[in-house]
Amino acid sequence: MASKSFRAAINEALKLEMRRDNRVIVLGEDVAGGRGGSANVEEAWGGPFGMTRGLYKEFGATRVLDTPITESAFVGATAGAAMTGLRPVAEVMFVDFTGVCFDQIMNQIAKIRYMFGGKAKLPLVIRMLYGAGYRAGAQHSQCLYPIYTHLPGLKVAVPSNPHDAKGLLISAIRDDDPVLFFEHKAILGMKGEVPDEAYEVPLGKANIVRAGKDVTVVAIGRMVHMAEKAAAALAKEGIDCEVIDPRTTSPLDTAAILASVRKTGRLVAVDEAYPRCNMATDIAALAAQEAFGSLRAPVRMVSPPHVPVPFAAPLEDLYIPNADKVAEAVRATVKHTSSS
Amino acid sequence: MQQSRDQLLKAYRVMSRIREFDERLHVEFATGEIPGFVHLYAGEEAVAAGICAHLSDRDYIASTHRGHGHCIAKDCDVTGMMAEIYGKAAGLCGGKGGSMHIADLDKGMMGANGIVGAGTALVCGAALSAKTLGTGGVAVAFTGDGGSNQGTVFEAMNLASVWSLPAIFVFENNGYGEATASEWALAGGDIVRRAQAFAMPGHQVDGNDYFAVWDAMRQATERARAGQGPSLIECKMKRYYGHFEGDTQNYRAKEEIETLRAEKDCMKRFRAQVGEAGLIDVAALDAIDAEAKAEIDAAVKAAKAAPTPPASALMTDVYASY
Repeated sequence: MASKSFRAAINEALKLEMRRDNRVIVLGEDVAGGRGGSANVEEAWGGPFGMTRGLYKEFGATRVLDTPITESAFVGATAGAAMTGLRPVAEVMFVDFTGVCFDQIMNQIAKIRYMFGGKAKLPLVIRMLYGAGYRAGAQHSQCLYPIYTHLPGLKVAVPSNPHDAKGLLISAIRDDDPVLFFEHKAILGMKGEVPDEAYEVPLGKANIVRAGKDVTVVAIGRMVHMAEKAAAALAKEGIDCEVIDPRTTSPLDTAAILASVRKTGRLVAVDEAYPRCNMATDIAALAAQEAFGSLRAPVRMVSPPHVPVPFAAPLEDLYIPNADKVAEAVRATVKHTSSS
Repeated sequence: MQQSRDQLLKAYRVMSRIREFDERLHVEFATGEIPGFVHLYAGEEAVAAGICAHLSDRDYIASTHRGHGHCIAKDCDVTGMMAEIYGKAAGLCGGKGGSMHIADLDKGMMGANGIVGAGTALVCGAALSAKTLGTGGVAVAFTGDGGSNQGTVFEAMNLASVWSLPAIFVFENNGYGEATASEWALAGGDIVRRAQAFAMPGHQVDGNDYFAVWDAMRQATERARAGQGPSLIECKMKRYYGHFEGDTQNYRAKEEIETLRAEKDCMKRFRAQVGEAGLIDVAALDAIDAEAKAEIDAAVKAAKAAPTPPASALMTDVYASY
């Protein structure tokens, strides 16, 4: 086992699965990069963020396909290829760009199997960068996984660390359903222990990041780290947090969340996505319906304000939920119970 | 004519079954027994027949909301199709798709599609599979004149050309996109001119002429199967019915459809063409019409009598596993 970055973990998963199964192909904008350029380099970029570096060299142009800037066509092609025998992994650089191919995801990919009465399989993955913190402005910083979690027929993975990124991506590629795979751009360089061999982290199985008895903190993607940081600080105050990383928002490991809430009686849901109809509201609703009798305090949700992601650094920092905001919400749930 | 008697009989059988299928649906829809939206293909039969004559099960097509003709030409089971349109469990999609989503991947039919123009992108993927897996297959996208103006269609044509895919873009310019004439909505007048922009050969043919469609498709499939890339075929004709069943068609002059049926009809034309050439006698064609009538009648009766899907079907087929 070695320490590897999130970026390297993704790259390794792609490489291993492409070696294992020659039906796995990778396509997207500049996944090799450099085609037709005056430098005459065949793999100039290996992905805009270097996530696919080395794939073109090893697997060639048949299996590593650069596309024009044409999300609607190549995401639709991903669906068509998956229906007819390939196992494509598409890279849409930023989830924000799925606006231009939303029809292909929402009306084609998510619905084909159901509309066809189960007579089609769509073993495909769409990888996308998401999230704020990169000073990238309102059209390159969104989360949007709640939109895709909303749609039946899709699976949605939001890994929080390199180990899970590799294992979840391998599971996603081997899965016979379409998986939308979210990679937070602010943690691509984050390192962690990642086994060299191929392994699966199952879709729909939450990770109890930290066990605790006082408050359940459910956090998504990068927010898991904010929750862990808050939990460490709160431990010094005598508050024992249980931090849960659902890993996938669809399927959502409701059993793990509810078991924890029933144990602690308090829930804080942390989500970097816009606050209306996001994962925090979804998880809060789950607890309200299924664990109301166990709750000793109102559920608290920690999300950004209902605004687009701002560009200026102080504003973006204000926008993103952080460990202090998580800790504040946790303290409020504890205080509520003590004062009542 | 380079087609054998058997090929010609087969083509006429396809046209006859499509015509009977949709003429019958027109009658049955009016009874109120068929749920939802139905879009009829009558008047365009020569296109589906001429295009699909060159295809087999290894080849894929993606269809439109007006898809019955494509399904029949691609050899989908008409009994299963009819049951699907009636929303019955015996339907090709178990009653979960309906007229706008009939599909049968075993027959290379990737689905009718409720989203105008969307199938072109799916076809790029099927063509990519054919190319990558070396199946020798081609993939054909049917799109209407309305769909020809969708951005996805331009993207798909560009991608197919850049990747040199065995894809064929068939545009059925049937005169109207919903209630708006293609003459008004198509900048540049002809869809075929757009082929040039994407560096692919373009063919414009009379969609009422089976032989013209067949010959354009022959060239397009030869090119695609030889690995030379995509082609575009624009077929011009007019649909006999409204955009959807129930459409009052107050945007069309009263005599337009009468004239079309009397003077332009693709089946009458086919009969005249094969008759003049002395290839097939009228009696053989009449027999095909009678068979089609009986087949469709049986399909309607079976569909009406068939059970609806069980409640348990609501929750299945969303995922392969979840």
